[in-house]
Parts: sequence; C-alpha cells; structure tokens
Amino acid sequence: MSDFRTPLRRVRGLGAGGGTEHFWQQRLTALANAVLITCFVILLLTLMNESYEGVRAAFANPFVGIIMALMVVSATIHMKLGMQIVIEDYIHGAAKLPLLILNIFFAIAVAAACLFAIVKMSFGV
Amino acid sequence: MSDVKSARPLSPHLSIYRFSPTMAMSIIHRITGIALYVGTLLLVWWLVAAASGPDAFATASAVFGSFIGQLVLFGYTWALVHHMLGGLRHFAWDMGHAISKETSTKLAIATAIGSVSITVVLWLGILIFG
Repeated sequence: MSDFRTPLRRVRGLGAGGGTEHFWQQRLTALANAVLITCFVILLLTLMNESYEGVRAAFANPFVGIIMALMVVSATIHMKLGMQIVIEDYIHGAAKLPLLILNIFFAIAVAAACLFAIVKMSFGV
Repeated sequence: MSDVKSARPLSPHLSIYRFSPTMAMSIIHRITGIALYVGTLLLVWWLVAAASGPDAFATASAVFGSFIGQLVLFGYTWALVHHMLGGLRHFAWDMGHAISKETSTKLAIATAIGSVSITVVLWLGILIFG
C-alpha cells in the first residue's frame, strides 16, 4: 500500500475540531455554577425543615424560579462537557459514539425534567 | 514512522508514577465530577416530586431524611464542595497563578482539607441548627 498523501495531510482534521470552544464553555459554566449552586445550597438550607406548602411557596417566588432554572441550564451544560471528556479519554472503539450520544441525551433529559418542574411550580400549577 | 514499536513504557503509566497530592486531586476531581453527574437524578427526583404534589414530596422527603439518604447527601455535599474548590484551583491556574511545583502541591493539600472541613462544618450546622 502506498499512500501518496503527505504526513501533514494525513493528520489534518484529526485534532480537536472546536478549537477552544469546549474549554471556554467549560470554564464559563464553571463560573456560573460556583455562584448559582451556592445560591441553591443556601435555598436548600432555608427549606430544610419546611413543609410541602413552604417549599411550594418558595418556588412560587420568581427570583427562586429564575436562579434555579439558570442553575439547571448551566450545570447540565457543564456536566455534558465534562462527561464528554471522560468518555473521549477512556472509551475507544465501538462504544464511544453511542456513549457520546447517550451523554447528550442524559444531560438534556435531566435539564428538561428539572425545568418542567421549576416552571410548573413557578406558575403555581 | 508511527509504526515504530519499542519496549519502553509509555506515559501515562500509572504503575511507575510516584504518588503526589496534585495527582490525587486530579483523579478525585474527575471522580467527584462523575458522582455529581449521576447525582443530578436526586435533584430531578426532588424537584419533580415537589412539583407533583404532597404525596410524592412526602415520599422523597422521607427517603432524603432517612439515615441512608442523609449519608448519600453528606457524600454528595463533599463531592460538590471538592469539585467546586478544584474548579477554583483551575481558575487560578488559568490566570497563571500557583503553577510552581511547591505551590500547586500546597494548593492540592489545601483543597482536600478545605473540602472536608467545609462539608463537616456545613453538616454540623445542619445537625445543630436543623
């Protein structure tokens, strides 16, 4: 087998496709998570001994709803990016692509379920 | 060229690496990240239960309030705090600080002590004032 392509031609396109975009999104959501998840932990501490009605009253507050929704979006993007790296580092072969797809679906499913619950409670339905 | 094989060990080769705090924190950062990933299902459960109604919420509260539930939440708190401190360490590195061998080792040890301390203080507060 003779390959007439130059070594440079053979390796082009095999690197990270998105450039620094993955890194940037990871750090951006990390910064957002640090703030938003701290807010969430404080919310949990205040709701610790609350009744069901108390929890629902808290989630009827627009500020709580917005912070919670932002946290869910930021955290699920962050965890999708992180798990993608873990898969790319350790899984090679046939399982890689299905796992990468599953990772995206899992993150979106978590986000969808959380956001639905938050919106439902925000509107008091 | 890439077909050249040699008997020399390739890096990363875990068995020939000497243990170091920065290495341990790197591995734990990844493990806590994976734990937090799976643990988001707990958040989904809690939110969906609260949105569903009093019965579903009572069930979730009972499980989270049980001994096993509290143990899981304690572990999840530590994973969260550790991963967050690890992330802040990454921010320091990104901006060019604390990269030297000595400083990064100190920072790695500080991360471990810090995450355990914050988690214990947080939960002592919950047990005392909760």
